[in-house]
This record gives sequence, structure tokens and C-alpha cells, in this order.
Amino acid sequence: MKLNERSVAHYATCDSPADHAGFLRKRVERHHHHAHHHGTSYQRRWFVLKGNLLFYFEERESREPVGLVVLEGCTVELCEAAEEFAFAIRFDDAGARAYVLVADGQAAMEAWVKALSRASFDYMRLVVRELEKQLEEACKSLAACRKSPQRCSSSGRKRHLSNPALQPLQEKPTTLENGYSTWSSGGCVAGGATCTDHDGGQTKPPPLPPRRRSATGSATGSLAPGLSPAMLESPVSPETICFSKLHNWYGQEIAVLRREWQERQKRGHP
Amino acid sequence: MRYNERELLSLARQPAEKAAEIRMSVPKKGSVLKKRLVKLVVNFLFYFRTDEAEPIGALLLEHCKITKEEENVFSISFIEEPERKYCFECATEEQCQEWVEALKRASYEFLRRSLIFYRNEIQKMTGKDPLEQYGISEEARFQLGAHRQ
Repeated sequence: MKLNERSVAHYATCDSPADHAGFLRKRVERHHHHAHHHGTSYQRRWFVLKGNLLFYFEERESREPVGLVVLEGCTVELCEAAEEFAFAIRFDDAGARAYVLVADGQAAMEAWVKALSRASFDYMRLVVRELEKQLEEACKSLAACRKSPQRCSSSGRKRHLSNPALQPLQEKPTTLENGYSTWSSGGCVAGGATCTDHDGGQTKPPPLPPRRRSATGSATGSLAPGLSPAMLESPVSPETICFSKLHNWYGQEIAVLRREWQERQKRGHP
Repeated sequence: MRYNERELLSLARQPAEKAAEIRMSVPKKGSVLKKRLVKLVVNFLFYFRTDEAEPIGALLLEHCKITKEEENVFSISFIEEPERKYCFECATEEQCQEWVEALKRASYEFLRRSLIFYRNEIQKMTGKDPLEQYGISEEARFQLGAHRQ
């Protein structure tokens, strides 16, 4: 099977930051029928972890990796090998070989095991989905509190948002953390759902943010705060469009919210 | 460069995020479009002859550029060799747009940027780092900005 090796090697050696790197000794694997060899030998290699790919180089300064281990569907475990500080990368496949690696010390071994066991794409995707959900929940809480303040304290989930500035406007005090105080200082953007006006009773769940729509919109827009330009120098530039669209979208919602409760304050809303 | 081909082949058999029969050409002189089964699994794009179980090839989708070309056509090229293009001719424009979108989001690096973005947004909204409860706040891969070794 062909692999775009040149591009893969380029990815290994280019400037993009590594998730972990260091020297490890790699056990040399022999064929099955030599399994009863007397000595095990190890080769010291420079290992670089980027995403779900573990590269190894002959030397730290080598311009090309000697090898690559794709880390999907693997487990990382401590090894009962003769060597101290040994751990193994194993795959589900019954006949698959394990990669036995030896670190320089306890701390190095633990750091590698931790880094490698969280390296898979699947794991990353899981965490992202979880955060997406959390952001939606935070938006919903915000929307619910805005629409019907008396309902805010009903759910435990919403208690983590506290905003002292809102309290005079409501009958029951709600706790909203880190709310408008940050936003009113300007420049900062927090998430907010587009809330079209519904009355009293049921607040509809806010529509999903536009991240799922096509990113082929206009290419303008400032970088979202907190994202340094270095992070976005990937040629896959439409990602910046997604973020800046989100940025603007949230920013508009905040502006609307601020205007509304400023007006309410003026009117002496109870 | 050695790599664990066996595991990559196993990955190619996993359920795909997206799969379709698409006409495809590789960046080789005289290459023509040929019908292939194209399968997106994590950050790899595998392509098979339509009647074979094992892929002919795999493309790692990091540091690549997905370009919408003419009608129904998109291409994949890599940052260090932008003129070498893998071309894909879809059945419909709609299918083409779907693939372009999916492939743009397919890289690990994209996922990482999304995570950092959501983490940041949640932190600003709630004052809490959402990764703390999982005990992964300090992991290098979740940090904003460069974390070079």
C-alpha cells in the first residue's frame, strides 16, 4: 500500500509543535522463528509525537524519520521486560507486534505513557465533542437566564454562571459567574446563543452555532481572541474563516444582550 | 521510512467517516481519472480499487490543502509540493462540496484548534477550565500557542 511518505516525513520535521519528544530505546524485533534468541538489543532513537503519529529518528538532528508508528487503536502499557522503565505500544490485532520502548527514568516513562495513551484521533474527537456540548449548555443557560430570569435557579447546571450585575434586575437572585463583567470590558467575546424572542414559558433551545455550515464564506475577519497567528499559519486557511465567523456571531449576540439590559436598567425594570 | 502498515490496513477496514466511489487521479505524469472507493478514516484518506478489500494507497491529511476546482472536482495537495495534486471528480456538485467540507476538518491539527477554541470560549463564559475535571489541563496538546520541545 502506498503512503504519501514525502508529505508525512515533511510533517514530521516541519515547524509544527510536537506533543512530546525525547530519546527512547527501542527494542529490536526479530522474526518469530528467531524468538528464542538470547539477547534482546535496543536502539536509541529520537522520538517525536505529533498528533496520532509517533515518529522516530536516528539522531535528534536527522532530517528524515527512520520510522513511524500510527497510533490508532493501540494500548500503551507498562512492560514486565528485563529493562527498567519499559513500556509497550500494543495493537488490537492478534498477530501484531508490540513496540517495546525504554525511557531514561521513571518520570520520562510516565510522561511518555501519558502522552501516548491520549494520542489517538478518536480520543481527541471525544474531548472536542464533549466541549461542544458544554459550550452549547453554557449558551442555553445564558439564554434561559436572559429570557426568564425567574427560571434561572431551577437547574443546578446553570449555577456555575454568576453575574452580580444582573441581580438587581431579577426577583430571585441567580448566580452567574464571569458573565457580563468580562464582556463589558470589550474585546473579549464569550459564547452566546442567538435567542429570538419567545415569551415566558418554554425557551426553545438555541440554534446550533454556524460552525457546521460551509466555510466558503468571506475570508475577512479578525482572528478570534486567544488564537495566536502562529497557530493559524496552516495552509488550510478556511479554518480561520470558521473561527472568525463564530467570533463575530457571538460578538453580535453579546452586543444585543448588553443593549437590552442596559435599556431595562434605564426603564427601572424590577 | 518504515511504518506499521499492518495497523494502517486495519484502520482502512474501520467504519469510515465518509466513503464513496469517486473518480480519482494521482499526481503522476500521464495519470488519468479512475474509479476508486475513497474512504475517510480519522486523518487518513484511503483509496481502493472498487473490487478489492485492501487499499492501493493512503493519504495522511495533515498540512494539506483541499481546493475546489472546476465543477464536481476537488483536489488535495500538500504544503511542501503544492503543484502535485490528487484530483477527485464527484458525481454531483453537492457531493463535491460535502467532501471538501469533510476533508478540511479531517486533520488532527484542525481538531486540536477546535478543542483549544472551545476550551477558551467555555473558560470565558463560565470562568472554569472545562478540561480540569478530566485532569488533562496541563497536557501539551491542549495548550494555546507553541509548545515546542
